[in-house]
Amino acid sequence: MKTPISYFVVLSAMLFSIGTVGVLVRKNALVIFMSVELQLNAVNLALVAFSRLHGNLNGQVLAFFSMVVAAAEVVVGLAIIVNVYRRMHTANVDDASLLRW
Amino acid sequence: MAPDQIVFWVFAPVSVGSAVAMLFQRNAIHAALFLIVNFFTLAVFYLVLGAPFLFAVQIIVYAGAIMVLFLFVIMLLGVDREESLVERLRGQRPLAIVLGLGMAVEIFVTARASLGLARGPADFDQTVNVGGNAQALSRVLFRAYFLPFEVTSILLIVAAIAAMVLAQRRERTTAEAAHEAEAA
Repeated sequence: MKTPISYFVVLSAMLFSIGTVGVLVRKNALVIFMSVELQLNAVNLALVAFSRLHGNLNGQVLAFFSMVVAAAEVVVGLAIIVNVYRRMHTANVDDASLLRW
Repeated sequence: MAPDQIVFWVFAPVSVGSAVAMLFQRNAIHAALFLIVNFFTLAVFYLVLGAPFLFAVQIIVYAGAIMVLFLFVIMLLGVDREESLVERLRGQRPLAIVLGLGMAVEIFVTARASLGLARGPADFDQTVNVGGNAQALSRVLFRAYFLPFEVTSILLIVAAIAAMVLAQRRERTTAEAAHEAEAA
């Protein structure tokens, strides 16, 4: 493989930053959640790249676990969004401000 | 140019472009579709990095299961709602973009300084992926990471039960029904 590992790490950093900006800028709860998924995937890419750099499979196993945790997190998160929507009839995070002082 | 470099330079712009496009979509469905494109490009990178098992898992679990779940919930909540552009916090958007760029630059400098142009072992497939990636990965997973693997199964069961409990439509108790009738 001729591509330096740092290229993948930088790509992963860019995707993670785009995800961060998405979480901070967007108002729709679903799109915010998708941006979180993007961040998780960016970190997975970095883990797999480091696994390649160090020549062992620990990074890939960790990426595998992070995928499983992401799947569980998506299930619970979407259930919460559906519940909020049922109660408030909105998926906009600004409208769910009951706990705001 | 080696094949993996060609693959990288073809798919990296697609990956970043689809992520940025996801950010700018007003419609949640379009955002989800761009995210699926992004997940596919990440799967290709896993293949280049010598992780064909994660390539398959990425497509099956992320591009398949998770995104179908997302699209299902978008359908459930209605797709035609436009996002309001009212800012509750003044200056949040520019600040978010500046901070995001700052983080990207920070990680870029760190990666540049610490990794340089290191490439890792060239014979990764012969020395690490012995007998195939799935076999090698399962050897690591079921020996060194056996306990975390079992704990993960508990996590999945808890998540499934939590989703069922959360998604359940709460039945109104008779007291609540009486209260509502009184109010009406």
